[in-house]
Amino acid sequence: MDLLVAENIHKSFSNHKALKGVSINVPEGSIFGLLGPNGAGKTTLIRIINQITAPDEGKIYLNGETLKPSHIEYIGYLPEERGLYKKMKIGEQAIYLAQLKGLSKSDAKKQLKYWFEKYEIDTWWNRKVEELSKGMQQKIQFIVTILHKPKLLIFDEPFSGFDPVNTELIKTEILNLRDEGATVIFSTHNMASVEEICDHIALINKSEKILEGKVYDIKQTYKNSTFELEYEAKELELSKFLPSNFNIISKDKLEKGYKAIIQLPGDEYTNELLSLMMQNSNIHLFKEIIPSMNEIFIRRVTEK
Amino acid sequence: MNKIWLIIQREYLSRVRKKSFIIMTILGPILMAAIMIVPAILASIGDETKTVGIVDESGFFIDAFENSTNIKFEAMHLDIDVAKRDYEKLGYNMVLYIPKPAYTYPSKIFIYSKKEPGMNVEQYIQRSINNDLRTMRLKDAGVSEELISAMKNSIDISSIKLTDQGGEEKRAGSLYFIIGLVLSISIYFFIFLYGTQVMRGVIEEKSNRIVEVIISSLKPFQLMMGKIVGIAMVGLTQFILWVILTSAIMTGAKLAFSNELQQIEKYQMQKTGQVIDPANTVEVNRNYEKTAMVFEAIKSINFKVIIFSFLFYFLFGYLIYAALFAAIGSSVDSEADTQQFVLPITVPLLVAIATVQMIANNPDGPIAFWMSMIPLTSPISMMARIPFGVPYWQIGLSMLLLVGSFVLLTWLAGKIYRVGILMYGKKPTYKELAKWIKYKA
Repeated sequence: MDLLVAENIHKSFSNHKALKGVSINVPEGSIFGLLGPNGAGKTTLIRIINQITAPDEGKIYLNGETLKPSHIEYIGYLPEERGLYKKMKIGEQAIYLAQLKGLSKSDAKKQLKYWFEKYEIDTWWNRKVEELSKGMQQKIQFIVTILHKPKLLIFDEPFSGFDPVNTELIKTEILNLRDEGATVIFSTHNMASVEEICDHIALINKSEKILEGKVYDIKQTYKNSTFELEYEAKELELSKFLPSNFNIISKDKLEKGYKAIIQLPGDEYTNELLSLMMQNSNIHLFKEIIPSMNEIFIRRVTEK
Repeated sequence: MNKIWLIIQREYLSRVRKKSFIIMTILGPILMAAIMIVPAILASIGDETKTVGIVDESGFFIDAFENSTNIKFEAMHLDIDVAKRDYEKLGYNMVLYIPKPAYTYPSKIFIYSKKEPGMNVEQYIQRSINNDLRTMRLKDAGVSEELISAMKNSIDISSIKLTDQGGEEKRAGSLYFIIGLVLSISIYFFIFLYGTQVMRGVIEEKSNRIVEVIISSLKPFQLMMGKIVGIAMVGLTQFILWVILTSAIMTGAKLAFSNELQQIEKYQMQKTGQVIDPANTVEVNRNYEKTAMVFEAIKSINFKVIIFSFLFYFLFGYLIYAALFAAIGSSVDSEADTQQFVLPITVPLLVAIATVQMIANNPDGPIAFWMSMIPLTSPISMMARIPFGVPYWQIGLSMLLLVGSFVLLTWLAGKIYRVGILMYGKKPTYKELAKWIKYKA
């Protein structure tokens, strides 16, 4: 079941097309990475989902219903350009922002108390935002985003500008929220975090979606029967006993033995490679090389 | 609707709680009261009585000078050189010397003193002696005393308005002008003071980067209107507090200084009542008549219309400009960039204020008419006209145009605002602003 469906979204600004027919399907309970280089249209799509701007064409469905203003309460959004009123007291401000999301004052207070205690920041309640460090402000922003227990959480570049401690904290929290049933969309070009926590991704480049699916499936698609081998043998010329259609990409001498990377014409040749190597050497390691999201990202974005 | 209310609350409370607001609210009435009270107190304590010794060699003017509250005259019967030397010892402040004329009447008189005699004294002496001289010359020419005193009567103009119902009402032009001026200047200041606050608030939200968080919860237009209304309420609060505090201070001052004030009143009564000269009696009657005229003129002012239209133009004048200021705030990153956009929208305000005098000179003329119809100037220009009486159809048309353009301009401003608040970096051109209006919300 898809929690969020975007269908054929078009959006243009004066002489620039920000989105050209982008569709995505975000499964319920998934952590969905919206990837793409800067200026690809990620933020525009996110703003359309948040009803900050409207698409020129296309439809968005949340939970099977056409997106409407009352859906705001089901969404928690942490924009890339995020901040707080500097002169306002933290507690007051958090309550205000929660009320804007439809929480009652007493509910907001109760929830905030929980989170402030959890992060051990309850002494900040009456301090002004300008007195806090940036890292502290980020914590507040994060709490305010998730406070109303939204079904759908949207983070635009959540890891940009966060210090490593807060980044870890947010990662853990994102996973927790997913386990509690929330669906998370986040845009990023930090591929390491994608590998770590995303189960689905969509890749947007130059206003178009060029890739979408489960991270596992995508990686499977992009692997190309390349294997890494570590073996021990005396002066072994691999090309002498391997068939000529086995492509030896590299061979390096290790402290003990050798390491080779070999690309096969297809997965069905795996056993043949193994048995040939077993006959001629002592194998220490044999593993299929699966491309990282980073490699896939760069390959797809830079290819014509 | 509930969310707009939250915005209004925040905008209102965050400003009302500021120290600067509290200070301004307290300081304003004190200043205002000071402007009204201090001159009165100064008038009551400032003037000590001055004694003028007269050395009249001509012999004509010994009785020409009436004592007033601050100036006493006494004949010295001394030689002028002795008088000049000894006047202080004898208790005089100065010596008034009228030399023996070469021909019938003197043409020059002198005041001798070490200290400045003061403008008031000089003028008083000059007026008295000239009056007397004129009377004497007329007498010499054989004019009867009755005729002379009758000549001192002057004529007052009464401008009467013929109403459509066939009635008559007394006009008081300068009073209308003052009322109109005060009202239009209040509107001008309110628009400027609080319009720029709207602009600053928008820039603050933009530069804090909080705006996107907020508009993911409600529509940008709601945020804009919430801010405009919230700040309007701050302005109204301040205005009401000023009125209340000023009148409280005035009442307090009246009680505290009642003695002085009574003296001022007495002094004024003396000044008007003390005179015995028949010529001056006429003067007195005329003064009372003037007061009566002012009261009648005040009665002729249609306060219902003035108050209603003041509130109307006050509100819509602010709203229309606040929306424009919000649009400007949204399209720039910092206050330093606002100049280019603020100037064009302040021009109509400045023109309106600059033409208030012109409008008062000819309140039914073409300039007055058009300025009070054009929506960006009408809040100020119409207020300058209203005390003089404006046909209802003109007021109605002007209000209609104002409301109509308020709706239109707010709609346009909202469109610019909506796009502008999410744009960072380059300052937009007017062409780009026009494009923003066309974007789909």
